[in-house]
Amino acid sequence: MVDVDLSLVNWSRAQFALTAMYHWIFVPLTLGLSFLCAMFESIYVRTGDEKWKALTRFWMTLFGINFAIGIATGIILEFQFGTNWSNYSWMVGDIFGAPLAIEGIFAFFLEATFFAVMFFGWNRVSKGFHLFSTWMVAVGSNLSALWILVANAWMQNPVGMAFNPETARFEMENFWAVLFSPIAMSKFTHATSSGFLLASLFVVTISSWYLLKGRHVDMAKKSIIVASVFGLLASAYVGFTGDEAAFENAQKQPMKLAAFEGLYKGEKSAGLVAAGIINGAKKPGDAQSPFLFEVKVPGLLSLLANRVSGSFVPGIDDLLYGNSEQKVMGVVEKMKLGQQAVADLAAFKQARQEKNIGAASEALDRFTANKEFLGYGYLSTPEEAVPPVSTVFYSFHIMVILGSFFPVLFLAYLFYTLKGRVAEVRWLLPVGISSYFLGLVAQQTGWIVAEVGRQPWAIQGLLPVKVATTNLAVGHVQATFFMFMGLFTLLLIAEIKIMLKQISIGPEGL
Amino acid sequence: MIANLEYATLQQIWWILCSVVGSLFLFLTFVQGGNTLLWQVAKNDVESSLVMNSLGRKWEITFTTLVLFGGALFAAFPKFYATSFGGAYWVWMLILFTFIVQAVSFEYRKKPNNLLGAKVYELFLLINGTVGVLLIGAAVGTFFTGSNFTLNVYNQVTWTHPLRGLEAAFSLFNLSLGLFLVFNARVLGAMYLLNNINFSAMDAFEARLRKAVWINFLCALPFLLYVLVSLLLRQGFDVNATTGVVSMVANKYLLNLLAMPLVLGLLLVGLVLVILAVLTTAFKKSSKGIWLAGLGTVLVGLAVFFTAGFNHTPFYPSKADLQSSLTIYNASSSLYTLTAMTYVALGIPFVLAYIAYVWRQMDSQKLASHEVANDEAY
Ligand code: HDD
Ligand code: HEM
Ligand code: HEM
Repeated sequence: MVDVDLSLVNWSRAQFALTAMYHWIFVPLTLGLSFLCAMFESIYVRTGDEKWKALTRFWMTLFGINFAIGIATGIILEFQFGTNWSNYSWMVGDIFGAPLAIEGIFAFFLEATFFAVMFFGWNRVSKGFHLFSTWMVAVGSNLSALWILVANAWMQNPVGMAFNPETARFEMENFWAVLFSPIAMSKFTHATSSGFLLASLFVVTISSWYLLKGRHVDMAKKSIIVASVFGLLASAYVGFTGDEAAFENAQKQPMKLAAFEGLYKGEKSAGLVAAGIINGAKKPGDAQSPFLFEVKVPGLLSLLANRVSGSFVPGIDDLLYGNSEQKVMGVVEKMKLGQQAVADLAAFKQARQEKNIGAASEALDRFTANKEFLGYGYLSTPEEAVPPVSTVFYSFHIMVILGSFFPVLFLAYLFYTLKGRVAEVRWLLPVGISSYFLGLVAQQTGWIVAEVGRQPWAIQGLLPVKVATTNLAVGHVQATFFMFMGLFTLLLIAEIKIMLKQISIGPEGL
Repeated sequence: MIANLEYATLQQIWWILCSVVGSLFLFLTFVQGGNTLLWQVAKNDVESSLVMNSLGRKWEITFTTLVLFGGALFAAFPKFYATSFGGAYWVWMLILFTFIVQAVSFEYRKKPNNLLGAKVYELFLLINGTVGVLLIGAAVGTFFTGSNFTLNVYNQVTWTHPLRGLEAAFSLFNLSLGLFLVFNARVLGAMYLLNNINFSAMDAFEARLRKAVWINFLCALPFLLYVLVSLLLRQGFDVNATTGVVSMVANKYLLNLLAMPLVLGLLLVGLVLVILAVLTTAFKKSSKGIWLAGLGTVLVGLAVFFTAGFNHTPFYPSKADLQSSLTIYNASSSLYTLTAMTYVALGIPFVLAYIAYVWRQMDSQKLASHEVANDEAY
């Protein structure tokens, strides 16, 4: 077995989570605001109305401020796989490195090149080429989302690869399977559309503030119309793709689904928990109730999870201890086979070194029989396979509740704007102002569901996080953790101050 | 066609591709060099605005090339990516920090209410251009001086030096390479600015830049000479072609250059181009020096990477355990991945073409002082 320093693992995780969560404050806004800017500019180019130009340039200024810090926080994620997850990087670099490289070649250069035109090209290139560049920035940023999410989706559902015992690593067998895995598609569509949604909320928030102050009223109304149409469409799509994501979870990561639904005992016609309070004392396998309080929609979970009403949805207990009636193999059994696989792999390596060909091929055969359970061989207890239930449960429910609220908000804005009364509806404006911050909460909780819900795995079912880290003294990671925290916080404060100042200056001549 | 390439050929192709990206990055460090010139060459607000805005339109390309360099190494040579980034932790972390602070500096420096003040953002840029480039040089130097790591049967890296990579910066060879790159970046930076800015009625500013080209070239020279001489004389890491055993061989890198005359040619032509560019820029009023010196830098970069990786040479050697050394053959991705990535690489010329096209569109007129007078300028 491997010796693992759990505090090292946890600090490495904390550092990854810290940097990723900072990155994700800015990224979704980039994804959506780039499209909104392109739409505003298209209206300007079509109508030739200078007001739309001033409006476009205003939103672009805010876009640029956000974009810079998005890049600053992104570079560290790219290299952190190597610096802090080097075992991981070696074991899966064959598959995981490819999307990152493709992202660099095809997406980042597109963004970087056309960004310069978008900001400095107003008087240097033709109107048409400028508009084209703005659209290319939007396409480029969303393409970068595609590749990184393909990589992330592969961690959730490793497809298109095989374990090579010779090198003890995972090797790619089918590029298209990696690219077009259903989880990759649902992740890409869900994450990008959630970015469109967030950016629409951003525009609504700032415009509502102007309306409340009675400043730049015309611009605010114009912006709101575009943003609430875009936001409404995006939020419908977010809901649709979110449902798709949950369906894929049920098929590929049933433990994650059970955790975010707080489902311990699997059942047929399982109900969907709309809201609830988790019972903190509940442990897997005991008889306690998982909730202190819950509101359930009967039968709905079975329908959503399997698309078949009345179907069986396994709970945490079934997944841990097995359920022979429903043909669910438990973690307990998988661990036994996994430990066997770990031992056989070691025996194979040993025989190889001793050049004992017969013993090597025997060990290899034994290993091959159980290799799909290899990762389970590294778990110490079956309960380790359960992610932190309450964290993912609350995160999921917060995201979904907010996800149901946003379309209503956009509808209200659209309705009152079209009636010409939006500036007078005093109760709506404060809600609108807070909406961007609610959107950020939904964004962050979404990633918590996806990533914390995947624990303890770095690669679902194959590679536990604890064997993925770089062999470092924990002090080094603590030092970089605090350096990142300090630096990113400083930059965030600077960004917020600059942003607020630009908002208070407002658009020129409008 | 690509589907039929041999594994070894693909591994060589990918070393060449990574070398090209790495060498282009060295050329593009003209942004970093330019960052460090700000205090020296710009004597008033208009001049510093011109410097900032001129560099500010290019910094992202440099940054993205660095990101791509990382991504390409990850995809093509994952064992190197894992060993070096995980092992030489602090070198890479510090390099990254200098690039993080750079990324916001152009955008935030002149914006009102920016928390830190313009001077601090300028300091960030200076740190990026000095410490960042120096450490990159030191990291590249370890291709020749070796690093302190061992790999176990599962290829997990153990670093045997407590400084986790920073020790690289304390070797005279690596330090010299780093300092050479810093000064070379400044030469390139000054040349780029001479090419990009409209100097009408700013003769003194232009003269200062021309002087900077010459002075920084003189500063770079001793380090360059030391690196070259030391490279040719030093013992090098060699992989035995039949047994695969790694051992130390006298004058290994000299032998590599002699065994690969093409690489020697790249090195010599590259050096001549840089020198030519410096002379014509400093003394002949040429504004095209950046292209000549840029090409020269790329060629020298290629020669360095090829010397490190080809002709039975481990490009990431280990001093601590010679047999843990990485070669382009034992550190690469699988045949399948390299093949797939080679198809992807067919798109690179297209990417280069649109970058060149946009660059020309944007730079067809030189940057003039009236353009940097508005609020949106950096
Ligand atoms: C769904 C989208 C998405 C996700 C999940 C991530 N990013 Fe990101 N990233 C972007 C979308 C994005 C972006 C919108 O495209 C950014 C923000 C600002 C920008 O220029 O591009 C960006 C910037 C950005 C940069 C700077 C790019 C440049 O040079 O222009 C790097 C190196 C990364 N990211 C790397 C990562 C890594 C390694 C991630 C995984 C952990 C990651 N990002 C998550
Ligand atoms: C940008 C949005 C993201 C956020 C907010 C996020 C959040 C998190 C969090 C909270 C953790 C820690 C989980 C824990 O230890 O309990 C984590 C870990 C991790 N995530 Fe993400 N993540 C993001 C994107 C990604 C992406 C796109 C990838 C892959 C490309 C990824 C790969 C990982 C890895 C490798 C770890 C460390 C190992 C692990 O703990 O599983 N993350 N992330
Ligand atoms: C309308 C109801 C919604 C449902 C049913 C839903 C469902 C889901 C599910 C099941 C996941 C986990 C995917 C995985 O583990 O791979 C997820 C992730 C995520 N959600 Fe949602 N979601 C909803 C609304 C929202 C909203 C409103 C936002 C943000 C504005 C959002 C942002 C995210 C993000 C950023 C992720 C992580 C990326 C990913 O895994 O795709 N979601 N969502």
